[in-house]
This record gives sequence, C-alpha cells and structure tokens, in this order.
Amino acid sequence: MSETDRGHHDIGGDPAGPVPRAEHVLAPWEKEVDAIRTVLGQKGLMSADKLRLGIEQLPAEDYRRLSYYERWLASIAWTMEKDGVIPPGSFAARVAALEAKR
Amino acid sequence: MSARYAPGATVRVARDRPAISLGRQHIRTPHYVRGLAGTVAEVMGPFRNPEGLAVGEDGLPEQVLYRVRFPLRSVWDQYDGDPSDTVDVELYEHWLEPAHAA
Amino acid sequence: MPHDGPHHHGHDHAPDDPSFGSRAALGARALRELLEEAGVLAPGEVARQVERMDTITPALGAKVVARAWTDPDFKARLLADGSAAVREFGVEMGTTPLYVVENTESVHNMIVCTLCSCYPKPLLGIPPDWYKSFEYRSRAVREPRAVLAEFGVRLPDGVAVRVHDSTADLRYLVLPRRPEGTEGWDEARLAGLVTRDCMIGTAVPSA
Repeated sequence: MSETDRGHHDIGGDPAGPVPRAEHVLAPWEKEVDAIRTVLGQKGLMSADKLRLGIEQLPAEDYRRLSYYERWLASIAWTMEKDGVIPPGSFAARVAALEAKR
Repeated sequence: MSARYAPGATVRVARDRPAISLGRQHIRTPHYVRGLAGTVAEVMGPFRNPEGLAVGEDGLPEQVLYRVRFPLRSVWDQYDGDPSDTVDVELYEHWLEPAHAA
Repeated sequence: MPHDGPHHHGHDHAPDDPSFGSRAALGARALRELLEEAGVLAPGEVARQVERMDTITPALGAKVVARAWTDPDFKARLLADGSAAVREFGVEMGTTPLYVVENTESVHNMIVCTLCSCYPKPLLGIPPDWYKSFEYRSRAVREPRAVLAEFGVRLPDGVAVRVHDSTADLRYLVLPRRPEGTEGWDEARLAGLVTRDCMIGTAVPSA
C-alpha cells in the first residue's frame, strides 16, 4: 500500500497516548448540528457517507485541531453548498454577518 | 446477488485500489489490513457502495459486505497480546481477492 | 494553491477557551438559518429532532441486554437479527443494521470505529467523547488489552479479545455476560448493572 493513499482519518494502529476519559455534556449547538445531519439524512440530502467525505476532505491540520462537531459543521456546510442546497459562499458570509452583530 | 466467498474462506484484501475504486475520494477499507489475508467470518449480504454514495451517486451495483477476521499477530509486528486475539473488519467484495490459507 | 474542500470559518481557539461554544454556536445557527431559508428545514424541525435525541440513552440498550439475559428466545432473536429484535423495544435502526456480539467465557468483544465514530445511536444515543477520540480509535485495534487495562478491565487467562472495527454498514452492540450472583433478579434490577461501556466492550458488569 502506498502511504499517499491513506487519509488523515485512517488512524487505526497509529501510536497515541492514554485514552482521555473526561466526558462533556453536549452543548446545545452540538446537539443542533447532530440533529441537522439527522433531519437532512431523512430527507435524502446528507447521507452518513457524504458527512464522512466532507470530514475527510478537511485539511489535515483542521481535522486534528477542530472539535468533533466543528468537523461535522464544516462538512455539512461544504456539502450543502457543493450540492446547491444553499448558495455558494453563503455559509461563510452568514457566519461573518452573525459575528459582526455580536 | 450471490456472494463470491463463503464463511471460512481465506481472502486477501487488495493492497492497491481495485479498478472500480480508482479515483474515489472516499473508501472504507482501513489501511492496516490492506494486502493482508484473513478469514471470512460472516457474509452480510449486499449493500450500496459507499464510494459512490459519498459523492451523490446511487451506490450501484451493490457490493456484498463481509466481516473478515484477522489475527492481530498477523496485522502488527510484535503484537504482545494473546495469540488468539483478532480484529473483525467490515469489507466490501470488490476489495477482496481469493487467497490460500497460510 | 486554492483548497476547494471544506473550510473551517471560526477563529482559532484553544479547546478550553470559554467563548469556544458561542463561536461554534454561530456556525450551527448560520447553517440552520440558511437551510430554513432554502426551504429544506421547517422551523422547529431541528429542535424536535434534538428532543427525540435526548430521549435515547444507554438505559434503552441496558433493557435490551437484561431481556436477553432473562429470555432465551429473545436472546436468540437478538443474535440472529439485532435490528428486528430491538424493534420490539421501539428502536428503528434504519439503513444500518444492528449486529450483536456475545461475550462468552472464552471471547471478549470490543467495538471501535477507526475511520470515524460509527455507533448504534438509535439504541445507545450519542457516543462518549473517548469513543470518538484519536487515542481510542488508534489504539483499540493495535493494543486492545492495554486499552482495556486503562478502563480497568483485566481478562482471565484463556479469554481472547475480538475487536470489531465498525468500518461500514453495521452498528455493534456487545452483549455482556450476566454476572454471577444475580440468579432470580428481575429485568429491571439486571438492567441497572449494564452500563454504556459494557455495551461497547470497555467494561464488564458486576453484581
């Protein structure tokens, strides 16, 4: 196998430290992202396969740095724009607009 | 759809991508079993191919999904657990090749 | 070179930054608003799904395990066709069948998803943070016994570890062994012994 044919998500067997055991209660926004994916999945717009692809297409440094549901958020937004469900560029623009209003 | 391999058969996971997976952005075969021989533990029947589903295709033709068992001693150099420890991996038929038992 | 993959639009932050949640929350709100404006999501639809999600906890899986411990016919159905068996509890697995693996005196099962975080959410709810961690995903297939030891599980001699990498369409439930000393217990009392981690294979129940 060529190491270049291995995605940054394909980590089985990699050296790693102790498994972190702290658990956090999901924040409302995290539940919302999960729920958005579920509802979009029920409507045939966002399969688990598309969710995974979008996560795997994140730059490797983002994949490592972002929290779990931040990765989901980036993947769903990318997929919805790519599939033409929402306009291209609309997600970044809306986030910026909401930040400006804060 | 008939399955090419039966429970107990020895199969080898493709080291290089099978033809129909060339150029796919999303695959579900983890790197650590590529090129290795394992034993079919169970035939799970046909499923749509996630490599197509991830990019919005219909995932057809379906691929038979197998649970393939690998001794951990054969997966990792210097595996220091029990010799009877194994890992079962879900693999689609197009990633499997016939092999002879070691 | 421009990167045409997904981007992250928030600020850089440390995970313990107290504003972390609110920044990410803006992204979730932005996405929901856009999908509602596109007519894809109805107002309130996401909130209703969150409410449904909140009702699914590992207690549901524990009831299934306790039933399997007390009803041999149900156990046979559960092992033969997990999705059909949990439908008796009102659980609908959808397109990802439930596959049940039984711990015995000679085999201990343990579930991981090395590629992402596949988990039987309709039965057990949201997976724990550790299950989604890079550390667990990396090590469970390479040194499962060391991982089990971190979780406080030491297996007797002669017990093989059978790791399941949930790479594709199946979702796994470990059916733990019923602890000794629980003869005559009813289902509800037995279910109280079955923790979430017992059903992933990183714990074993004890009475």
